[in-house]
Amino acid sequence: MDIRLDSICHSYDSFEVLRDISIDIASGQIVCIVGPSGCGKSTLLRFIGGLERPTSGQVLQIGAPPADSLNPLTYVFQDFALLPWRSVAGNISLVLEDHGIRGKAATKIIKDVLSRTKLSDFAEALPKQLSGGMKQRVAIARALAVRPAVMLMDEPLSALDAQTRELLMDDLVDLWTRQPFTAVYVTHNLAEAVRLGHKVVVLSRRPGQIREIVSIDTPLGQRAFGDADLDAHQKYLWHLMRDEARAADAELLHG
Amino acid sequence: MADTNARAKSVTPNGKAVAFRGGGFAPKPHRWVGGLVFVVLILLAEWGTRTGWISALTLPKPSDVLVTFLQLYDSGLLFRHLGPSLSRLVVGAAIGASLGISMGVLIGLFSYIRSGLVPLVAAIFPIPKIALLPLFVIWFGIGEGSKYALIAFGTFTPTVVATYGAVDNVDRTLIRMGQSFGLSWWSIVRKIVLPGAMPGILSGLRISLAIAIILLVAAEMLGAEYGIGAYILEAGSLYDLERLFAGVVILSLLGVGVSAIIGAVERRLLTWRT
Repeated sequence: MDIRLDSICHSYDSFEVLRDISIDIASGQIVCIVGPSGCGKSTLLRFIGGLERPTSGQVLQIGAPPADSLNPLTYVFQDFALLPWRSVAGNISLVLEDHGIRGKAATKIIKDVLSRTKLSDFAEALPKQLSGGMKQRVAIARALAVRPAVMLMDEPLSALDAQTRELLMDDLVDLWTRQPFTAVYVTHNLAEAVRLGHKVVVLSRRPGQIREIVSIDTPLGQRAFGDADLDAHQKYLWHLMRDEARAADAELLHG
Repeated sequence: MADTNARAKSVTPNGKAVAFRGGGFAPKPHRWVGGLVFVVLILLAEWGTRTGWISALTLPKPSDVLVTFLQLYDSGLLFRHLGPSLSRLVVGAAIGASLGISMGVLIGLFSYIRSGLVPLVAAIFPIPKIALLPLFVIWFGIGEGSKYALIAFGTFTPTVVATYGAVDNVDRTLIRMGQSFGLSWWSIVRKIVLPGAMPGILSGLRISLAIAIILLVAAEMLGAEYGIGAYILEAGSLYDLERLFAGVVILSLLGVGVSAIIGAVERRLLTWRT
Protein backbone atom coordinates (compact mmCIF):
# COMPACT_ATOMS: atom_id res chain seq x y z
CA MET A 1 0.00 0.00 0.00
CA ASP A 2 1.38 3.40 -1.02
CA ILE A 3 0.44 6.74 0.48
CA ARG A 4 0.09 9.90 -1.52
CA LEU A 5 -0.14 13.36 0.00
CA ASP A 6 -2.03 15.49 -2.48
CA SER A 7 -1.38 19.27 -2.20
CA ILE A 8 -2.02 19.53 1.50
CA CYS A 9 -2.53 23.01 2.94
CA HIS A 10 -3.35 23.79 6.53
CA SER A 11 -4.02 26.89 8.59
CA TYR A 12 -5.10 27.49 12.16
CA ASP A 13 -7.51 30.44 11.87
CA SER A 14 -5.59 32.88 9.70
CA PHE A 15 -2.25 31.34 10.59
CA GLU A 16 -0.81 29.32 7.73
CA VAL A 17 1.10 26.23 8.82
CA LEU A 18 1.56 24.08 5.72
CA ARG A 19 1.42 25.05 2.05
CA ASP A 20 0.94 22.72 -0.90
CA ILE A 21 2.66 19.57 0.31
CA SER A 22 2.66 16.66 -2.13
CA ILE A 23 4.71 13.56 -1.35
CA ASP A 24 4.55 9.96 -2.58
CA ILE A 25 5.42 7.31 -0.04
CA ALA A 26 6.21 4.03 -1.76
CA SER A 27 5.73 0.69 -0.08
CA GLY A 28 8.85 -0.64 1.66
CA GLN A 29 10.51 2.76 1.90
CA ILE A 30 11.35 4.98 4.83
CA VAL A 31 10.59 8.61 4.09
CA CYS A 32 12.10 11.07 6.54
CA ILE A 33 10.61 14.51 6.98
CA VAL A 34 12.99 17.11 8.38
CA GLY A 35 12.50 20.79 8.94
CA PRO A 36 13.07 23.58 11.45
CA SER A 37 10.98 23.56 14.62
CA GLY A 38 7.42 24.72 14.13
CA CYS A 39 7.35 23.96 10.40
CA GLY A 40 4.36 21.66 10.82
CA LYS A 41 6.08 18.31 10.30
CA SER A 42 4.33 16.59 13.22
CA THR A 43 1.02 18.08 12.06
CA LEU A 44 1.66 16.55 8.65
CA LEU A 45 2.16 13.16 10.29
CA ARG A 46 -1.13 13.52 12.17
CA PHE A 47 -2.87 14.10 8.83
CA ILE A 48 -1.38 10.92 7.39
CA GLY A 49 -2.72 8.81 10.25
CA GLY A 50 -6.11 10.54 10.34
CA LEU A 51 -5.74 12.11 13.78
CA GLU A 52 -6.27 15.58 12.30
CA ARG A 53 -7.82 16.96 9.09
CA PRO A 54 -6.00 19.35 6.74
CA THR A 55 -7.74 22.56 5.65
CA SER A 56 -7.43 21.48 2.03
CA GLY A 57 -5.84 18.68 0.07
CA GLN A 58 -6.07 15.01 0.95
CA VAL A 59 -4.14 11.96 2.03
CA LEU A 60 -4.75 9.00 -0.26
CA GLN A 61 -4.15 5.31 0.29
CA ILE A 62 -3.19 3.72 -3.01
CA GLY A 63 -3.94 0.02 -3.10
CA ALA A 64 -5.39 -1.99 -0.26
CA PRO A 65 -3.38 -2.67 2.89
CA PRO A 66 -2.28 -6.30 3.37
CA ALA A 67 -5.19 -8.44 4.52
CA ASP A 68 -3.51 -9.42 7.79
CA SER A 69 -2.83 -5.81 8.78
CA LEU A 70 -4.86 -4.97 11.89
CA ASN A 71 -4.12 -1.25 11.95
CA PRO A 72 -2.67 -0.11 8.60
CA LEU A 73 -1.55 3.33 9.82
CA THR A 74 0.24 2.96 13.14
CA TYR A 75 2.06 5.59 15.16
CA VAL A 76 5.18 5.51 17.27
CA PHE A 77 5.13 8.57 19.50
CA GLN A 78 7.98 10.71 20.80
CA ASP A 79 6.85 10.32 24.43
CA PHE A 80 6.23 6.54 24.03
CA ALA A 81 2.55 6.77 25.13
CA LEU A 82 2.66 3.55 27.18
CA LEU A 83 -0.05 2.94 29.76
CA PRO A 84 1.84 3.12 33.08
CA TRP A 85 -0.60 0.71 34.75
CA ARG A 86 -0.04 -2.08 32.26
CA SER A 87 3.02 -4.30 31.96
CA VAL A 88 5.02 -4.50 28.75
CA ALA A 89 2.95 -7.48 27.59
CA GLY A 90 -0.24 -5.76 28.76
CA ASN A 91 0.55 -2.65 26.72
CA ILE A 92 0.89 -4.78 23.60
CA SER A 93 -2.18 -6.83 24.39
CA LEU A 94 -4.15 -3.55 24.71
CA VAL A 95 -3.98 -2.96 20.95
CA LEU A 96 -4.85 -6.59 20.15
CA GLU A 97 -7.86 -6.90 22.48
CA ASP A 98 -10.02 -4.63 20.35
CA HIS A 99 -9.40 -6.85 17.34
CA GLY A 100 -10.69 -9.82 19.31
CA ILE A 101 -7.22 -11.33 19.67
CA ARG A 102 -6.88 -12.78 23.16
CA GLY A 103 -5.41 -15.76 24.93
CA LYS A 104 -3.08 -18.00 22.96
CA ALA A 105 -3.21 -16.06 19.68
CA ALA A 106 -2.31 -12.85 21.53
CA THR A 107 0.50 -14.53 23.50
CA LYS A 108 2.01 -15.76 20.24
CA ILE A 109 2.05 -12.28 18.67
CA ILE A 110 3.36 -10.68 21.87
CA LYS A 111 6.17 -13.24 22.12
CA ASP A 112 7.12 -12.67 18.49
CA VAL A 113 7.26 -8.85 18.64
CA LEU A 114 9.08 -8.87 21.99
CA SER A 115 11.78 -11.14 20.60
CA ARG A 116 12.10 -8.96 17.50
CA THR A 117 12.69 -5.91 19.72
CA LYS A 118 14.92 -7.85 22.18
CA LEU A 119 12.50 -7.42 25.06
CA SER A 120 11.63 -11.07 25.76
CA ASP A 121 12.91 -10.91 29.35
CA PHE A 122 10.83 -7.86 30.23
CA ALA A 123 7.31 -8.97 29.38
CA GLU A 124 6.06 -8.53 32.95
CA ALA A 125 7.92 -5.27 33.77
CA LEU A 126 5.99 -2.03 34.31
CA PRO A 127 6.92 1.01 32.21
CA LYS A 128 8.25 2.83 35.29
CA GLN A 129 10.96 0.16 35.63
CA LEU A 130 12.24 0.66 32.07
CA SER A 131 14.78 3.10 30.66
CA GLY A 132 13.76 5.51 27.92
CA GLY A 133 15.29 3.36 25.20
CA MET A 134 13.46 0.25 26.43
CA LYS A 135 10.17 2.16 26.62
CA GLN A 136 10.54 3.19 23.00
CA ARG A 137 11.34 -0.41 22.04
CA VAL A 138 8.11 -1.45 23.77
CA ALA A 139 6.26 1.18 21.72
CA ILE A 140 7.87 -0.16 18.54
CA ALA A 141 6.93 -3.72 19.54
CA ARG A 142 3.36 -2.55 20.12
CA ALA A 143 3.31 -0.96 16.66
CA LEU A 144 4.68 -4.14 15.07
CA ALA A 145 2.03 -6.24 16.83
CA VAL A 146 -0.77 -4.78 14.70
CA ARG A 147 1.20 -5.49 11.48
CA PRO A 148 1.03 -1.94 10.11
CA ALA A 149 1.18 -1.19 6.42
CA VAL A 150 2.80 2.17 7.23
CA MET A 151 4.54 3.15 10.45
CA LEU A 152 4.18 6.81 11.36
CA MET A 153 7.09 7.74 13.58
CA ASP A 154 6.92 11.13 15.29
CA GLU A 155 10.43 12.00 16.50
CA PRO A 156 10.68 8.53 18.05
CA LEU A 157 14.25 8.96 19.25
CA SER A 158 14.15 12.61 20.30
CA ALA A 159 13.45 11.93 23.97
CA LEU A 160 16.48 9.63 24.26
CA ASP A 161 20.14 10.32 24.97
CA ALA A 162 22.69 10.21 22.15
CA GLN A 163 24.05 6.71 22.87
CA THR A 164 20.61 5.12 23.24
CA ARG A 165 19.62 6.83 20.01
CA GLU A 166 22.52 5.18 18.15
CA LEU A 167 21.56 1.77 19.56
CA LEU A 168 17.93 2.19 18.61
CA MET A 169 18.83 3.35 15.11
CA ASP A 170 20.81 0.13 14.70
CA ASP A 171 17.79 -1.82 15.95
CA LEU A 172 15.49 -0.07 13.47
CA VAL A 173 17.89 -0.79 10.61
CA ASP A 174 18.02 -4.45 11.70
CA LEU A 175 14.24 -4.63 11.84
CA TRP A 176 13.93 -3.11 8.39
CA THR A 177 16.62 -5.34 6.87
CA ARG A 178 14.95 -8.48 8.16
CA GLN A 179 11.51 -7.41 7.03
CA PRO A 180 11.24 -4.13 5.09
CA PHE A 181 8.45 -1.89 6.34
CA THR A 182 7.04 1.39 5.08
CA ALA A 183 7.53 4.35 7.37
CA VAL A 184 7.16 8.09 7.54
CA TYR A 185 9.77 9.29 9.98
CA VAL A 186 9.54 12.84 11.31
CA THR A 187 12.67 14.19 12.96
CA HIS A 188 14.70 17.33 13.48
CA ASN A 189 17.87 15.25 13.72
CA LEU A 190 19.66 15.11 10.37
CA ALA A 191 21.90 12.21 11.42
CA GLU A 192 18.77 10.06 11.94
CA ALA A 193 17.36 11.21 8.61
CA VAL A 194 20.42 10.19 6.59
CA ARG A 195 20.79 6.92 8.53
CA LEU A 196 17.21 5.74 8.08
CA GLY A 197 15.73 7.57 5.12
CA HIS A 198 15.45 6.33 1.56
CA LYS A 199 14.06 9.74 0.83
CA VAL A 200 14.51 12.85 2.94
CA VAL A 201 11.90 15.56 2.53
CA VAL A 202 13.20 18.97 3.62
CA LEU A 203 10.52 21.41 4.70
CA SER A 204 11.01 25.15 4.92
CA ARG A 205 10.05 27.16 7.96
CA ARG A 206 6.43 28.23 8.51
CA PRO A 207 4.43 27.99 6.38
CA GLY A 208 5.99 24.62 5.70
CA GLN A 209 6.68 24.01 2.03
CA ILE A 210 8.81 21.33 0.40
CA ARG A 211 12.27 22.77 -0.27
CA GLU A 212 13.78 19.65 -1.70
CA ILE A 213 13.44 15.89 -1.67
CA VAL A 214 16.83 14.19 -1.32
CA SER A 215 17.15 10.51 -2.24
CA ILE A 216 19.85 8.44 -0.55
CA ASP A 217 20.62 5.29 -2.48
CA THR A 218 23.03 3.51 -0.11
CA PRO A 219 21.19 0.44 1.23
CA LEU A 220 20.20 0.87 4.88
CA GLY A 221 22.30 -2.08 6.03
CA GLN A 222 25.47 -0.55 4.63
CA ARG A 223 25.06 2.83 6.29
CA ALA A 224 27.33 2.99 9.29
CA PHE A 225 28.01 5.55 11.97
CA GLY A 226 30.44 8.16 10.59
CA ASP A 227 30.14 7.04 6.93
CA ALA A 228 31.73 9.70 4.65
CA ASP A 229 28.99 9.50 2.04
CA LEU A 230 26.29 9.97 4.68
CA ASP A 231 28.24 12.88 6.15
CA ALA A 232 28.17 14.54 2.75
CA HIS A 233 24.39 14.09 2.58
CA GLN A 234 24.03 15.40 6.11
CA LYS A 235 26.15 18.47 5.30
CA TYR A 236 24.05 19.12 2.24
CA LEU A 237 20.83 18.86 4.25
CA TRP A 238 22.20 21.20 6.88
CA HIS A 239 23.22 23.63 4.15
CA LEU A 240 19.59 23.58 2.94
CA MET A 241 18.16 24.07 6.38
CA ARG A 242 20.59 26.32 8.15
CA ASP A 243 19.18 29.72 7.29
CA GLU A 244 15.62 28.46 7.68
CA ALA A 245 16.43 27.09 11.11
CA ARG A 246 18.04 30.35 12.16
CA ALA A 247 15.06 32.38 10.97
CA ALA A 248 12.63 29.96 12.63
CA ASP A 249 14.53 30.25 15.89
CA ALA A 250 14.28 34.04 15.82
CA GLU A 251 10.49 34.02 15.28
CA LEU A 252 8.07 34.82 18.06
CA LEU A 253 5.92 31.92 19.07
CA HIS A 254 2.34 32.01 17.94
CA GLY A 255 0.22 32.40 20.93
CA MET B 1 41.37 9.40 57.59
CA ALA B 2 43.07 12.41 56.07
CA ASP B 3 39.82 13.17 54.32
CA THR B 4 37.70 13.21 57.50
CA ASN B 5 40.28 15.42 59.24
CA ALA B 6 40.21 17.84 56.37
CA ARG B 7 36.42 17.98 56.60
CA ALA B 8 36.49 18.57 60.36
CA LYS B 9 38.49 21.74 59.96
CA SER B 10 36.68 23.60 57.24
CA VAL B 11 39.78 25.61 56.33
CA THR B 12 42.61 23.44 55.03
CA PRO B 13 45.82 24.44 53.34
CA ASN B 14 44.12 23.60 50.06
CA GLY B 15 41.24 26.02 50.55
CA LYS B 16 37.91 26.51 52.29
CA ALA B 17 35.27 23.77 52.05
CA VAL B 18 32.15 24.88 50.20
CA ALA B 19 29.34 25.39 52.73
CA PHE B 20 26.38 22.99 52.28
CA ARG B 21 23.20 24.85 51.49
CA GLY B 22 21.03 22.26 49.75
CA GLY B 23 18.62 19.70 51.17
CA GLY B 24 15.28 20.13 52.93
CA PHE B 25 11.87 20.71 51.29
CA ALA B 26 11.42 16.95 50.96
CA PRO B 27 9.01 15.63 53.64
CA LYS B 28 9.76 12.05 54.68
CA PRO B 29 7.31 9.85 56.55
CA HIS B 30 8.07 9.32 60.26
CA ARG B 31 5.37 6.96 61.48
CA TRP B 32 6.05 7.18 65.20
CA VAL B 33 5.82 10.98 65.37
CA GLY B 34 2.09 10.90 64.69
CA GLY B 35 1.51 8.45 67.54
CA LEU B 36 3.78 10.46 69.83
CA VAL B 37 1.72 13.63 69.31
CA PHE B 38 -1.44 11.74 70.37
CA VAL B 39 0.27 10.26 73.43
CA VAL B 40 1.73 13.60 74.53
CA LEU B 41 -1.61 15.42 74.16
CA ILE B 42 -3.49 12.72 76.08
CA LEU B 43 -0.87 12.62 78.83
CA LEU B 44 -1.01 16.41 79.07
CA ALA B 45 -4.81 16.29 79.41
CA GLU B 46 -4.55 13.51 82.00
CA TRP B 47 -1.97 15.42 84.00
CA GLY B 48 -3.93 18.66 83.74
CA THR B 49 -7.23 17.14 84.88
CA ARG B 50 -5.60 15.20 87.72
CA THR B 51 -3.82 18.24 89.19
CA GLY B 52 -6.94 20.36 88.77
CA TRP B 53 -5.18 22.69 86.37
CA ILE B 54 -7.98 21.83 83.93
CA SER B 55 -11.39 21.76 85.60
CA ALA B 56 -13.61 18.68 85.23
CA LEU B 57 -16.16 20.82 83.39
CA THR B 58 -13.66 21.85 80.73
CA LEU B 59 -12.37 18.43 79.80
CA PRO B 60 -13.04 14.93 81.10
CA LYS B 61 -10.18 12.83 82.41
CA PRO B 62 -8.84 10.69 79.51
CA SER B 63 -8.69 7.69 81.84
CA ASP B 64 -12.40 8.16 82.69
CA VAL B 65 -13.20 8.31 78.99
CA LEU B 66 -11.37 5.02 78.58
CA VAL B 67 -13.33 3.47 81.46
CA THR B 68 -16.60 4.69 79.89
CA PHE B 69 -15.55 3.24 76.58
CA LEU B 70 -14.73 -0.12 78.17
CA GLN B 71 -18.10 -0.14 79.96
CA LEU B 72 -19.78 0.57 76.65
CA TYR B 73 -17.91 -2.34 75.15
CA ASP B 74 -18.66 -4.71 78.07
CA SER B 75 -22.36 -3.89 78.09
CA GLY B 76 -22.54 -4.77 74.38
CA LEU B 77 -24.04 -1.35 73.70
CA LEU B 78 -21.02 -0.40 71.61
CA PHE B 79 -22.01 -2.72 68.81
CA ARG B 80 -25.68 -1.84 69.07
CA HIS B 81 -24.66 1.74 68.32
CA LEU B 82 -21.85 0.95 65.91
CA GLY B 83 -23.80 -1.58 63.82
CA PRO B 84 -26.56 0.72 62.54
CA SER B 85 -24.04 3.57 62.13
CA LEU B 86 -21.74 1.48 60.00
CA SER B 87 -24.56 0.20 57.81
CA ARG B 88 -25.86 3.76 57.29
CA LEU B 89 -22.35 4.91 56.45
CA VAL B 90 -21.69 2.06 54.03
CA VAL B 91 -25.06 2.28 52.23
CA GLY B 92 -25.14 6.09 52.07
CA ALA B 93 -21.53 6.52 51.03
CA ALA B 94 -21.77 3.72 48.47
CA ILE B 95 -24.82 5.33 46.82
CA GLY B 96 -23.27 8.80 46.91
CA ALA B 97 -19.82 7.78 45.74
CA SER B 98 -21.00 5.53 42.91
CA LEU B 99 -23.46 8.14 41.59
CA GLY B 100 -20.76 10.78 42.03
CA ILE B 101 -18.13 8.81 40.14
CA SER B 102 -20.56 8.02 37.30
CA MET B 103 -21.66 11.62 36.94
CA GLY B 104 -18.07 12.87 37.24
CA VAL B 105 -16.98 10.57 34.41
CA LEU B 106 -19.93 11.72 32.24
CA ILE B 107 -19.06 15.38 32.93
CA GLY B 108 -15.44 14.62 32.06
CA LEU B 109 -16.36 12.97 28.76
CA PHE B 110 -19.27 14.92 27.27
CA SER B 111 -19.22 18.66 26.57
CA TYR B 112 -22.99 19.12 26.82
CA ILE B 113 -23.26 17.27 30.11
CA ARG B 114 -20.31 19.30 31.41
CA SER B 115 -21.84 22.62 30.38
CA GLY B 116 -25.20 21.61 31.81
CA LEU B 117 -24.17 20.06 35.10
CA VAL B 118 -21.02 21.84 36.30
CA PRO B 119 -22.98 24.99 37.29
CA LEU B 120 -25.61 22.79 38.97
CA VAL B 121 -22.95 20.96 40.98
CA ALA B 122 -21.35 24.29 41.91
CA ALA B 123 -24.77 25.46 43.09
CA ILE B 124 -25.48 22.46 45.33
CA PHE B 125 -21.93 21.99 46.64
CA PRO B 126 -22.01 24.85 49.19
CA ILE B 127 -25.47 24.00 50.55
CA PRO B 128 -25.05 22.61 54.07
CA LYS B 129 -26.70 19.25 53.55
CA ILE B 130 -27.68 19.16 57.22
CA ALA B 131 -30.04 22.05 56.53
CA LEU B 132 -31.89 19.81 54.10
CA LEU B 133 -32.46 17.03 56.64
CA PRO B 134 -36.08 18.07 57.35
CA LEU B 135 -36.72 18.02 53.61
CA PHE B 136 -35.25 14.54 53.32
CA VAL B 137 -37.45 13.41 56.22
CA ILE B 138 -40.49 14.53 54.23
CA TRP B 139 -39.22 12.90 51.03
CA PHE B 140 -37.82 9.66 52.38
CA GLY B 141 -39.48 9.24 55.79
CA ILE B 142 -38.11 9.44 59.30
CA GLY B 143 -36.51 5.97 59.04
CA GLU B 144 -33.34 4.86 57.34
CA GLY B 145 -34.24 6.39 53.96
CA SER B 146 -33.65 9.99 54.97
CA LYS B 147 -30.35 9.06 56.64
CA TYR B 148 -29.07 7.25 53.55
CA ALA B 149 -30.18 10.19 51.41
CA LEU B 150 -28.39 12.77 53.56
CA ILE B 151 -25.10 10.83 53.57
CA ALA B 152 -25.37 10.00 49.88
CA PHE B 153 -26.11 13.60 48.92
CA GLY B 154 -23.21 14.85 51.02
CA THR B 155 -20.67 12.44 49.51
CA PHE B 156 -22.03 12.92 45.99
CA THR B 157 -20.94 16.52 45.30
CA PRO B 158 -17.26 16.32 46.36
CA THR B 159 -16.95 12.98 44.52
CA VAL B 160 -18.32 14.53 41.30
CA VAL B 161 -15.89 17.43 41.47
CA ALA B 162 -12.88 15.19 42.22
CA THR B 163 -13.84 12.70 39.50
CA TYR B 164 -14.27 15.12 36.62
CA GLY B 165 -11.06 16.86 37.65
CA ALA B 166 -9.32 13.48 37.55
CA VAL B 167 -10.78 12.64 34.13
CA ASP B 168 -9.61 16.05 32.83
CA ASN B 169 -6.11 15.25 34.03
CA VAL B 170 -5.78 11.98 32.14
CA ASP B 171 -2.84 12.27 29.75
CA ARG B 172 -4.30 13.21 26.33
CA THR B 173 -1.37 11.61 24.49
CA LEU B 174 -2.52 8.24 25.86
CA ILE B 175 -6.01 8.87 24.49
CA ARG B 176 -4.58 9.88 21.08
CA MET B 177 -2.53 6.67 21.20
CA GLY B 178 -5.69 4.66 21.81
CA GLN B 179 -7.44 6.37 18.89
CA SER B 180 -4.44 5.86 16.61
CA PHE B 181 -4.59 2.12 17.24
CA GLY B 182 -8.27 2.08 16.39
CA LEU B 183 -9.52 1.30 19.91
CA SER B 184 -13.26 1.70 20.32
CA TRP B 185 -14.65 4.61 22.34
CA TRP B 186 -15.72 2.27 25.11
CA SER B 187 -12.29 0.60 25.24
CA ILE B 188 -10.60 3.99 25.54
CA VAL B 189 -12.89 4.94 28.43
CA ARG B 190 -12.52 1.61 30.21
CA LYS B 191 -8.83 0.93 29.63
CA ILE B 192 -7.30 4.41 29.45
CA VAL B 193 -9.57 7.07 30.98
CA LEU B 194 -10.80 5.22 34.08
CA PRO B 195 -7.45 3.77 35.21
CA GLY B 196 -5.81 7.12 34.48
CA ALA B 197 -8.38 8.94 36.61
CA MET B 198 -8.16 6.43 39.46
CA PRO B 199 -5.52 8.28 41.56
CA GLY B 200 -7.64 11.45 41.51
CA ILE B 201 -10.86 9.57 42.24
CA LEU B 202 -9.35 7.81 45.26
CA SER B 203 -7.92 10.99 46.75
CA GLY B 204 -11.35 12.57 46.23
CA LEU B 205 -12.94 9.65 48.10
CA ARG B 206 -10.74 10.38 51.12
CA ILE B 207 -12.47 13.75 51.46
CA SER B 208 -15.96 12.50 50.53
CA LEU B 209 -15.87 9.68 53.08
CA ALA B 210 -14.73 12.01 55.87
CA ILE B 211 -17.71 14.20 54.99
CA ALA B 212 -19.89 11.06 55.09
CA ILE B 213 -18.86 10.44 58.71
CA ILE B 214 -19.71 14.02 59.65
CA LEU B 215 -23.13 13.70 58.03
CA LEU B 216 -23.70 10.31 59.65
CA VAL B 217 -23.70 11.98 63.06
CA ALA B 218 -25.95 14.75 61.82
CA ALA B 219 -28.40 12.22 60.37
CA GLU B 220 -28.52 10.23 63.60
CA MET B 221 -29.29 13.27 65.68
CA LEU B 222 -32.80 13.17 64.32
CA GLY B 223 -35.03 10.20 65.03
CA ALA B 224 -32.43 7.51 65.65
CA GLU B 225 -32.57 5.29 68.71
CA TYR B 226 -29.21 3.66 68.13
CA GLY B 227 -26.12 4.95 66.41
CA ILE B 228 -22.99 6.86 67.38
CA GLY B 229 -24.72 10.16 66.59
CA ALA B 230 -27.67 9.33 68.85
CA TYR B 231 -25.26 8.27 71.58
CA ILE B 232 -23.31 11.53 71.37
CA LEU B 233 -26.46 13.63 71.24
CA GLU B 234 -27.81 11.93 74.35
CA ALA B 235 -24.51 12.33 76.20
CA GLY B 236 -24.35 15.97 75.17
CA SER B 237 -27.80 16.83 76.37
CA LEU B 238 -27.03 15.21 79.76
CA TYR B 239 -23.70 17.01 79.83
CA ASP B 240 -22.00 13.66 80.30
CA LEU B 241 -18.58 14.64 78.99
CA GLU B 242 -17.01 11.18 79.43
CA ARG B 243 -19.61 9.56 77.18
CA LEU B 244 -19.50 12.47 74.75
CA PHE B 245 -15.77 12.02 74.37
CA ALA B 246 -16.05 8.24 74.12
CA GLY B 247 -18.38 8.82 71.16
CA VAL B 248 -16.01 11.32 69.59
CA VAL B 249 -13.14 8.85 69.95
CA ILE B 250 -15.21 6.23 68.10
CA LEU B 251 -15.78 8.71 65.25
CA SER B 252 -12.07 9.49 65.06
CA LEU B 253 -11.24 5.80 64.95
CA LEU B 254 -13.84 5.38 62.20
CA GLY B 255 -12.11 8.13 60.24
CA VAL B 256 -8.70 6.54 60.72
CA GLY B 257 -10.14 3.19 59.62
CA VAL B 258 -11.71 4.62 56.44
CA SER B 259 -8.47 6.38 55.60
CA ALA B 260 -6.53 3.14 56.13
CA ILE B 261 -8.91 1.25 53.85
CA ILE B 262 -8.43 3.81 51.07
CA GLY B 263 -4.67 3.67 51.65
CA ALA B 264 -4.79 -0.11 51.21
CA VAL B 265 -6.87 0.21 48.02
CA GLU B 266 -4.38 2.77 46.69
CA ARG B 267 -1.45 0.48 47.41
CA ARG B 268 -3.26 -2.35 45.66
CA LEU B 269 -4.51 -0.45 42.58
CA LEU B 270 -1.82 2.16 42.11
CA THR B 271 1.40 0.16 42.29
CA TRP B 272 2.21 1.51 38.84
CA ARG B 273 2.68 5.04 40.14
CA THR B 274 6.26 6.23 40.32
